[in-house]
Amino acid sequence: MNEISHLERFTEQEYKYGFVTDIEADEIPKGLSEDVIRLLSAKKAEPEWMLEYRLKAYRAWLKMEEPKWANVHYPPIDYQEIVYYSAPKQKKKLASLDEVDPELLKTFNKLGVPLEEQKVFAGVAVDAVFDSVSVATTFKAKLGELGIIFIPISEAIKEHPDLVKKYLSSVVPVTDNYFAALNSAVFSDGSFIYIPKGVRCPMELSTYFRINAKNTGQFERTLIIADEGAYVSYLEGCTAPMRDENQLHAAVVELVALDNARIKYSTVQNWYAGNKEGVGGIYNFVTKRGICKGINSKISWTQVETGSAITWKYPSCILQGENSVGEFYSVAVTNNYQQADTGTKMIHLGKNTRSTIVSKGISAGKSNNSYRGLVRIGKKAEGARNFSQCDSLLLGDRCGAHTFPYLEVLNPSAIVEHEATTSKIGEDKIFYLNQRGLSTEDAVNMIVNGYCKEVFKELPMEFAVEAQKLLSVSLEGSVG
Amino acid sequence: MIEIKNLHANIDGREILKGINLTVNKGEVHAIMGPNGSGKSTLAQVIAGREDYEVTKGEILFNGKNLLELPAENRACEGIFLAFQYPVEIPGVSNTTLLKNALNSIRKYRGEDELDAMEFLSLVKKKMSLVELSEDLLRRSVNEGFSGGEKKRNEIFQMAVLQPKLAILDETDSGLDIDALRIVANGVTKLKSPENATIVVTHYQRLLNYIIPDFVHVLYDGKIIKSGDKSLALELENKGYDWVIEEAAELV
Repeated sequence: MNEISHLERFTEQEYKYGFVTDIEADEIPKGLSEDVIRLLSAKKAEPEWMLEYRLKAYRAWLKMEEPKWANVHYPPIDYQEIVYYSAPKQKKKLASLDEVDPELLKTFNKLGVPLEEQKVFAGVAVDAVFDSVSVATTFKAKLGELGIIFIPISEAIKEHPDLVKKYLSSVVPVTDNYFAALNSAVFSDGSFIYIPKGVRCPMELSTYFRINAKNTGQFERTLIIADEGAYVSYLEGCTAPMRDENQLHAAVVELVALDNARIKYSTVQNWYAGNKEGVGGIYNFVTKRGICKGINSKISWTQVETGSAITWKYPSCILQGENSVGEFYSVAVTNNYQQADTGTKMIHLGKNTRSTIVSKGISAGKSNNSYRGLVRIGKKAEGARNFSQCDSLLLGDRCGAHTFPYLEVLNPSAIVEHEATTSKIGEDKIFYLNQRGLSTEDAVNMIVNGYCKEVFKELPMEFAVEAQKLLSVSLEGSVG
Repeated sequence: MIEIKNLHANIDGREILKGINLTVNKGEVHAIMGPNGSGKSTLAQVIAGREDYEVTKGEILFNGKNLLELPAENRACEGIFLAFQYPVEIPGVSNTTLLKNALNSIRKYRGEDELDAMEFLSLVKKKMSLVELSEDLLRRSVNEGFSGGEKKRNEIFQMAVLQPKLAILDETDSGLDIDALRIVANGVTKLKSPENATIVVTHYQRLLNYIIPDFVHVLYDGKIIKSGDKSLALELENKGYDWVIEEAAELV
């Protein structure tokens, strides 16, 4: 109801997460080689099998080529100029939040991510990843009582090697793509979640990713497993300081849903997008994929993408179990010189599998926004159904919107529907709202929020509000 | 309340308004009639502040303020309301959201406290009955999937909530069946007070059977060529516009 009052406060600001935390970091020298990977693995005191996994990935990566098919343009990345491991210096393993460097706690408070458990708003457990490592995970004990594992993946490698070995790379193979291979070689941390059979996770689980150090890449790895009949809702937020150099973020996220399990994965991505002239910003090259392994399982991706200089990301679902369901709800906003090539893949393998795609692209400034989606209905996917809706909204006349839908239907019983629209934000709508007493800025926010409503309603409440605010900041100054 | 002096306006270099003079006082209802393309809707849009039109000459004073200096939203906040001939649809934005934000924006402009959700809701309930609008339409997206009649009723409902000083009804009767026309007209009549004024832009006389005008003006080729009382409207209904146009031509 009070969209505007929320938005009003935020329309005046620029990127407010652009500060740098002054904290001593433990970094390894820039560049990538087998030695660097050994060093990284040693620093994390990893078991031998993990080092082998990384080296294998690295050797595969060396033979691969950076993909060029996306509708994005950027100068070649020098992978030897990147620092692959940076961690805030901490003397020892932390026993509790009290031991976290106050400077770090301050940073996350400033970002609106309070880590002190008593202050965390009801029902959200947070894992905070700062540069390369996880600095704090809240509500560990409470979740532990239910058998839920929510820990940094670096700990999971040591404490739950069987689960990690079984599922890591089971959805996104090491050699799936160039950036996935790179991530497999050098990933430093991320979240690991396991929800045991029949457990409904009582709170939202959330990870907050923060890139702080200069010239650092962030390569997080997330693995979520929902065992039979389990349910979990997971949220991911990201920010970075404003820097003139581009920084690489190449994450891999894998979701596994067994029989009757449900995973809801929500992202509010607000990496630094670069300045108005297009200098700086994050390259967000991410592989996200979930598998509905079991019958009646369901995976929902909801993403609000407002940040990053370049976004290259296709959260996907492999619908293997009979009657399994995949959903993708996306709002992707680009302004100034931002580029986004994003969408989803729905791979229907099992009988009566269903998928829904709702994509809302918003382009402003001189930005370029592409939807790229694949719906594949396999031979055995009897009775599969897909519904796709891809809408593009243009603000101004120097931006671009593109839609690349790919369809592969190998089973004649499938029903696939695709709807697409492109519209400009109409002067007549703005005038109508002006005439009702709303400023042009408020009018645009209201129209855009209405346009995104189908996606926002999929987000948990607090994040829907956050997403609306973000949207207004991202589009600030794009009309008028 | 509003004083329009020698108003000239262009769109795309073409002159549409060619010297309008009109004064409307508190408590008055003025009807503006005229054949198609005479500039009636343009006049309504120019008063409301649509930027597509370029005002080349003349002025508009609204309660002493120079209206032409204000952007459309400030004109709305000053108390001007335009009931649109073709209300737009705004998907995903509920009627309630629009109205609450609009009302509070106007109240803020005037230095009044914003209404909270409860106060707003009770105001809305009261006004809804005025135009016999169902509660269901409040929750739906603005005008999306509304019938022609519902859209027009929604305009009058918004007017009732926003309580303007000057309401301009642009062809509010077009596309309405006789029942909807009665409902809309009754709503407008009930909202009339000695403190506000109404300009009714219309093509046909029939709306004026319900909303009784104090003055009737005939707009032709961008100018007001004849003014009179409500009997002028009836005369136009019977005899058409030609005689007025001829009469005006003789005067030149």
